[in-house]
Amino acid sequence: MNKINSIRKDWSLIETLIAQDRKILDIGCGDGGLMEQLENNRNAITHGIELNRDLAANAIARGFNVVHGNAELDLSQYSNNSFDYVILSQTLQAMMKPKDILSELLRIGSKAIVSFPNFGHWKIRLQLLISGKMPVTESLPYTWYDTPNIHFFTIKDFLNLCNEMNIVIEKSIGLTSKGKQFDISESVTGVNFFTHEAIFLLSYKNFEPIKIKSSKKVFAKNSVIAN
Amino acid sequence: MKTKFTTDTKLESEIAYFENINLKLESGDIIDSFKLAFKTYGKLNADKTNAILVCHALTGDQYVSGNNPITGREGWWSRMVGPNKPIDTNKFFVICSNVLGGCAGSTGPKELQNGSDVSYGGNFPSITIKDMVKAQSLLIESLNIGKLFSVIGGSMGAMQALQWAIDFPDKILNIIHIAGALKHSAQNIAFHEVGRQAIMSDPIWKNGKYFENNEVPERGLSVARMIAHITYLSENAMHRKFGRKLQSRDIISFGFDADFQVESYLRYQGKSFVERFDANSYLYLTRAMDYFDHDETFRKNIEFSHNPNNHLKYLIVSFTSDWLFPTIESKMIVNQLNSLSREVSFLEIDTDKGHDSFLLEEPQLDDVIKGFLTNNFTKIDE
Repeated sequence: MNKINSIRKDWSLIETLIAQDRKILDIGCGDGGLMEQLENNRNAITHGIELNRDLAANAIARGFNVVHGNAELDLSQYSNNSFDYVILSQTLQAMMKPKDILSELLRIGSKAIVSFPNFGHWKIRLQLLISGKMPVTESLPYTWYDTPNIHFFTIKDFLNLCNEMNIVIEKSIGLTSKGKQFDISESVTGVNFFTHEAIFLLSYKNFEPIKIKSSKKVFAKNSVIAN
Repeated sequence: MKTKFTTDTKLESEIAYFENINLKLESGDIIDSFKLAFKTYGKLNADKTNAILVCHALTGDQYVSGNNPITGREGWWSRMVGPNKPIDTNKFFVICSNVLGGCAGSTGPKELQNGSDVSYGGNFPSITIKDMVKAQSLLIESLNIGKLFSVIGGSMGAMQALQWAIDFPDKILNIIHIAGALKHSAQNIAFHEVGRQAIMSDPIWKNGKYFENNEVPERGLSVARMIAHITYLSENAMHRKFGRKLQSRDIISFGFDADFQVESYLRYQGKSFVERFDANSYLYLTRAMDYFDHDETFRKNIEFSHNPNNHLKYLIVSFTSDWLFPTIESKMIVNQLNSLSREVSFLEIDTDKGHDSFLLEEPQLDDVIKGFLTNNFTKIDE
């Protein structure tokens, strides 16, 4: 699987997670490829952020709403819940503060879609084990000294972080290196070993308001249950 | 030698007269009648959906493209506006008017006061960006155009575009805002003040009544232009262009002639400016820019406006080497629009040409403007 195919596959899986007529923010939107796909196939209203100047210029020239900027600095300007979905495709591992980004995604959007290459894949483990050198694979094709990917993590790491942050995983799709697709949550054994790439649909735990009946007033409030 | 001050240069331009219209200015003053000189390019389509208003910068005029009869040169944005140019006049109907307070045919300090044979001079009322835009909106109305597809401008033109978005959002679909800001900064006011002081301390200025003796405060106006011109460039661009190269000599003169090319260049800029611009207009228009301030109010204006503005699309462009209207100023606008979830695009173009970049060869600016207009026009056309 080359890089372009992998991105296209990623996009079409992301599309399956998105309902019709929604408002979407694509972080690291490139020249607007995914935005175009979602506008055409999902009738979405799309906004994008792109760090690379030339890609941002291309996206704007193609008529998309794209802000040339750095997501790690600029996400704070968006209001709470201003998008239905915030998408971060293949970029979390390149962020300075992935945890902060993750909580920003779910502040701005009701749902977040995050996809990333799994560092726990068997090929990577094997490369490091046998050669003793930092792994270089199709989905992580850079040498250690020039890689934009500064935070490597596995599916297990990601699940633990979501748990810690009270993030609900609504859907999870895994892809093997051969492009075979499966549901991560349903396949228990060896997921972290065989998943080459993972795509997650996330949201915060949504609690029904608890109604407390008293003699005079009805109180409604959100409560948080630690698990 | 004094340049002759003529009050009725014959221009090959259309002029719109607004008689007894009692235009109320932001200052509270009223102009009972005024005229706007304007040019149009291209053809208005049957549905009147392809009209674009281009707003000129401080020293610009209505001659955005083609030949400018005042200077005998190409219009100030000929490289951007015209057939098959990024703002394509085969496709769009482009309007550009000389601002209220200007000196290329619109009512301004150089023009005769209503019903008299004396120029306004210093008696001209104070003008703001909001007033300019109000006058433009009357022009658009008189051209029977209900909705402009786009309002485009750089620098003071960007201020006007932003003011359109605030005051008449229901009459436009998008704005392209280049090298502008929500406010004129303290540093920018400071540079303008130096320019104005240069003009006002020229003994020929005579409280703005220099036209009575057919004179022009050439020295003051050219110094004002020289200062301003420096702020439009960048240190790198100046170094690239001039370095320490000497002008028409091999060794320094140990005197105060224009030894250096950069001096000679600035002197030329000042001198040629005097031939085409009115000193009083320069005072009024720089003041209008100084008074521009939406720093505190922009967000509220957009959020709570009684005119619906949700549909507006914004393209905001800045330049890395522009220190007069730096990127941070553009980002403040983007920031506020994003916090309101508005449809905004933003690009910082990498160039060393400074504030003037928007007038110069910048392929990325061309691409973005052309693409933004074409694609958004296709969307409304569908």
